[in-house]
Amino acid sequence: MERKTIRKWFWVWEFEKEEAWLNAMAQSGWVLDGVGFCKYHFIPCEPGEYTVRLEMRDHDEGYLAFMRETGAEYVGRMAKWIFFRKKAAEGPFDIFSDIDSRIAHLNQIGKMLTAVGVANLAIGLGNSLNAPVASLGSINLLVGSLLTYALGRIHGKKEKLERDRMLME
Amino acid sequence: MNEITALTESTYYILLVLHTPRHGYGIMQEVEHLSAGRVRLAAGTLYGALTSLCDKGWIVPLPSVEDSRRKEYRLTEIGLSVLQNELSRLRQLVENGISILGEE
Repeated sequence: MERKTIRKWFWVWEFEKEEAWLNAMAQSGWVLDGVGFCKYHFIPCEPGEYTVRLEMRDHDEGYLAFMRETGAEYVGRMAKWIFFRKKAAEGPFDIFSDIDSRIAHLNQIGKMLTAVGVANLAIGLGNSLNAPVASLGSINLLVGSLLTYALGRIHGKKEKLERDRMLME
Repeated sequence: MNEITALTESTYYILLVLHTPRHGYGIMQEVEHLSAGRVRLAAGTLYGALTSLCDKGWIVPLPSVEDSRRKEYRLTEIGLSVLQNELSRLRQLVENGISILGEE
């Protein structure tokens, strides 16, 4: 079958943009069929035949079985991000339907960024004090700073939802 | 949480439809049906809620049937009393709303 691959980079705080792009692809007749590091594989579909969703979640067979039961198809995993598609004819497809679960999802992303970010900053600081590997250390510091920035972006999204949550569900 | 303030709409409906044992997809369908299509529980939200409600002891998974991978859940005694408290809270909300705005 005809298959095409697009290489594309999204920052972690752009996951909604990434999802919108995947759905625009499905609208134009190419549905996601597999993922790799910064790689998206597509196969032809009827325009608008599928809805595509993604989320960050630790591996959980029970969850994948649960999603299949609701008519969603597991497409693949890139790091901790999992991708699903569902035929539009089988009804609307969302992963989250209330503010609380969207906040929980952002917390999950935040936890991952914190863990990786702290590790990078620690390694970076350690290495930059150690002359022979000082340049390596600066790479870690850079990565650590970027992750801290990403954490800030995710936190901003969360605060916006939390303000809404004060007034409504 | 011992002093229950208010349940979310998702929690309320999940508990309500588990008055009869149901599996996950059955919960989604029944909630949508009961609310005339207004409340659609998304799978990720429901999965998270089921886990939390089991932890609280408000619902329990039923011993699974051998050939079925679909887990069924039902309301517990505690879950039922939580639901009854919520119902009287909601009744008061509605009564107060009607008394001020009038029955439209």
